[in-house]
Amino acid sequence: MAQHRRDDIPHLPTEEQYLNCIRCGLCLSACPIYRETLRETDGPRAHVVLTRKYAEGEIDISPEFVDLMYKCLDCEACNAICPVGIRPADLAMEMRQVIHKTQPQPWLKKPIFHGYFPHPLIQELSVLPLLLYQRLGLQALARKLGILKLLPRQLQDMEHMVPKLPARPLRQVLPEEVPPAGEEKHRVAFFLGCFQSTIFAQESEASVRVMARNGCRVFTPKQVKCCGMPAAGYGDIDLVKSLARFNIDLFLPLNPDVIVTDCATCGSTLKHYGEILKDDPAYAEKAALFSSRVRDISEFLMSIDIRPPKGEVRARVTYHDPCHLVRAQKVRKQPRDLLQLIPGVEFVEMKESDWCCGSAGTQILTHYHNSLAVNRRKMENVRATGADIVATGCPGCQMQLNMGSNHYNVNVRVVHPIQLLEEAYRREEAEIAADDPSTGD
Amino acid sequence: MIEPRVVKELETIVGKEHVLSSPEDLIAYSYDSTFEEHRPDIIVSPANTEEVSRVMRIAYRENIPIVPRGMGSGLAAASIPYSGGMVLNLTRMNRILEIDQENMIATVEAGVVTADFQATVEEMGLFYPPDPSSIKHSTIGGNIACNAGGPRCLKYGVTSDYVLGLTAVLPNGDIIKTGGKAIKNVTGLNLTQLLLGSEGTLAVITEALLRLMPKPKYARTAMAVYADLDDAAKTVNAILLEGVVPATIELMDDTTINTIEEYLHLGLPTDAAAILIIETDGSDEQTVLREMETVARVARECGATDVRVAKTEAERNELWRGRRSVSPSLARRRPNKLGEDISVPRSAIPEAIRRIKAISAKYNLPIVVFGHAGDGNLHPNILFDKRDPDEWHRVEQVSAEIFGMAVELGGTLTGEHGVGVLKQPYLELALGQTVIALQQGIKKVFDPKGLLNPGKKFPAA
Ligand SMILES: Cc1cc2nc3c(=O)[nH]c(=O)nc-3n(C[C@H](O)[C@H](O)[C@H](O)COP(=O)(O)OP(=O)(O)OC[C@H]3O[C@@H](n4cnc5c(N)ncnc54)[C@H](O)[C@@H]3O)c2cc1C
Repeated sequence: MAQHRRDDIPHLPTEEQYLNCIRCGLCLSACPIYRETLRETDGPRAHVVLTRKYAEGEIDISPEFVDLMYKCLDCEACNAICPVGIRPADLAMEMRQVIHKTQPQPWLKKPIFHGYFPHPLIQELSVLPLLLYQRLGLQALARKLGILKLLPRQLQDMEHMVPKLPARPLRQVLPEEVPPAGEEKHRVAFFLGCFQSTIFAQESEASVRVMARNGCRVFTPKQVKCCGMPAAGYGDIDLVKSLARFNIDLFLPLNPDVIVTDCATCGSTLKHYGEILKDDPAYAEKAALFSSRVRDISEFLMSIDIRPPKGEVRARVTYHDPCHLVRAQKVRKQPRDLLQLIPGVEFVEMKESDWCCGSAGTQILTHYHNSLAVNRRKMENVRATGADIVATGCPGCQMQLNMGSNHYNVNVRVVHPIQLLEEAYRREEAEIAADDPSTGD
Repeated sequence: MIEPRVVKELETIVGKEHVLSSPEDLIAYSYDSTFEEHRPDIIVSPANTEEVSRVMRIAYRENIPIVPRGMGSGLAAASIPYSGGMVLNLTRMNRILEIDQENMIATVEAGVVTADFQATVEEMGLFYPPDPSSIKHSTIGGNIACNAGGPRCLKYGVTSDYVLGLTAVLPNGDIIKTGGKAIKNVTGLNLTQLLLGSEGTLAVITEALLRLMPKPKYARTAMAVYADLDDAAKTVNAILLEGVVPATIELMDDTTINTIEEYLHLGLPTDAAAILIIETDGSDEQTVLREMETVARVARECGATDVRVAKTEAERNELWRGRRSVSPSLARRRPNKLGEDISVPRSAIPEAIRRIKAISAKYNLPIVVFGHAGDGNLHPNILFDKRDPDEWHRVEQVSAEIFGMAVELGGTLTGEHGVGVLKQPYLELALGQTVIALQQGIKKVFDPKGLLNPGKKFPAA
């Protein structure tokens, strides 16, 4: 019976990825979805068993099967907790690739992932789903994309996901090269993510300024394409590969010491290019080199000798660990250290800081009730800290936390850690300016 | 197959979304933590005792077998629905109904995850001691149905020592309450204890009254290393004779140590014959420290080559991480493991381990031995690949020999995992025909139609 499908299914997980699962169920304790629905079928253990049964030819892919694989938040908490070394979340992602290859394309995929994310220009014209909302209204967008009707409350929730959008995408505004203030110590290529460019422009602007203040020459290639994560999420690995090749060719010629991004999701994908292209003879080496240079902004800043700001940000601040940072990149300490460099910040840990917030990109669209339920746990933990600010270095998390703070009535400001650092530097500069008689008139 | 009209009825009781029967659902509720599997026809997830009762009434009327299920972490295939029919999934019943601080008694629903419950009472300075290694992925109901134990049971006892009363539903749907908040109670037969360890064969447990303790404020953990297994075994008794009752004395043999070390790199002594992990705890720091000093001294006197006392909480957690990871790290070596759970008199531990090693050599299958040395409950785990029919055949022979050995040494088949179906072939060896018949008789009183978890714990009459 074993391995009926091995030869004809591309991307089918291999036997060693599931064979040794002892079905102990420890992963259930860490799975944010299972912990809300309490349905075994939704949990990582079932994903492993179902994958195996599919690989062994015992079952076929049904709509329910597809939904189960798409319900996974890919938060990787199961990967991290499994004592045997099984990676259930990876299996779900790989099954999405199998689904992509073997099943008719579901909604969204074609228009969004081929048309939208890969091309910066198109993406900027229609940030999903928010900018379009402002032109057409979400309901119209949803209809256009063929999604089921959105619930009224869901629409309201989505409206609260973003702060004021930038007038122009940052990609069009940010200089291609920013010189360091003072002596040049680091040559940085900055990977400007889609969401950062179009929604959280202030943050990436801050990232570049903070790096420049700290001896970095920062290059921001304008032709940058999507890192590939959304396509990976929808199982389109070929598209991910072509994006990876493009970005590698764009960045490596700049010969940067490091490639920095302030988006946790982009970072986790970029660090994977080496793995993704390891079987591509023309790119394997370049991809490995590329990935080895990638740093999250907090990881990079805490690895160089950064100058702590003198300006204050007086606030009680807590920190939410993005799944794509804490587990996918093992960056846990640096953002916390970074926040604590800022004078005036009173840092408080929240309970379960690394529990997924329920975003996972598009779950609020595709699995609204689960996404909300997972988010409630997060927001209650935020509330319990009494913090004024919750910092997190991932645009998806930020949108979800913005939504949740409104939905669950938790009075917090959601920021990227780099924004607070930037604010502190700015205060410092403003104070110096105010003190300096030569700048007055 | 459950008839559509019955499905409809069930849906009106628990809600449509809590009656599952897609092929994916049937697969997800077909397994536990063994390698066994069998699909049910339907999964029903009630929200409270009342719903359980109504669901069971229907099942009784329609002659549908019912298998209660917690989180499916069982190691005896006791929750596998071989009979088809209905899996009664209790995980939605996860409320802590009351924590009575004055009487130190909690009332909980059966589906509460044990670790969640423990964390909640500990926040109030209280303590629920039973600590099966599966604490994060098993339920109070499952713990009661299996009478789960854990490392701490040397000092604190097992689940049954903490259950004062139960609410349960009989197969015909009748709701019963046993015991109560009174600590002393001899009014009538002790049905509470009869249901403890009954593996879901007599009644479905829906709520429990659990006894709590004050939380010990201090704990000290040490690892004692031995070149000779006998010395490790001697240590256990010597410590108790000194008047110290450690919370735990856990034993790992050389194969276990090497298996953990290979994967976790904790710096365990890979050339040792055995190690003991010993923890003392209590509410007075000086006493705990003094007890640990005694433990360390006695261990050395008994021949320990090294005794390391954890100095920080982090070091202590590392020691425990090693112990808790034993079972799963084994799975990294071979695709399957069969974890046995024999229990022998304490003094027979070294002999039992020696015989297990001989059995391992005889059948050429790796067996790792670890367990609760304080009470003689050992977990010999046989590592194998079930896809190889010859290996599987040898596993069965190994099991038979291990059980025979345990009984011969004055012990028994299972200390805490339960009989389920996996250990039934050896039941007569341990209990004898008369006792089995008596138990079948008791089952008949509770479950005349034989619908509740049929064929588990003992053969159907
Ligand atoms: C890695 C690992 C480590 C383990 N360590 C230990 C350990 O240290 N000590 C120990 O004792 N066990 C241990 N176990 C075994 C197992 O976790 C326990 O038996 C646990 O009590 C089962 O709880 P559950 O909720 O998962 O029950 P399930 O596995 O779902 O069910 C087990 C049995 O209980 C019955 N049942 C469940 N809930 C109810 C209910 N509400 N009413 C009536 N019957 C019910 C089922 O029908 C079945 O017969 C371990 C298991 C694993 C996988």
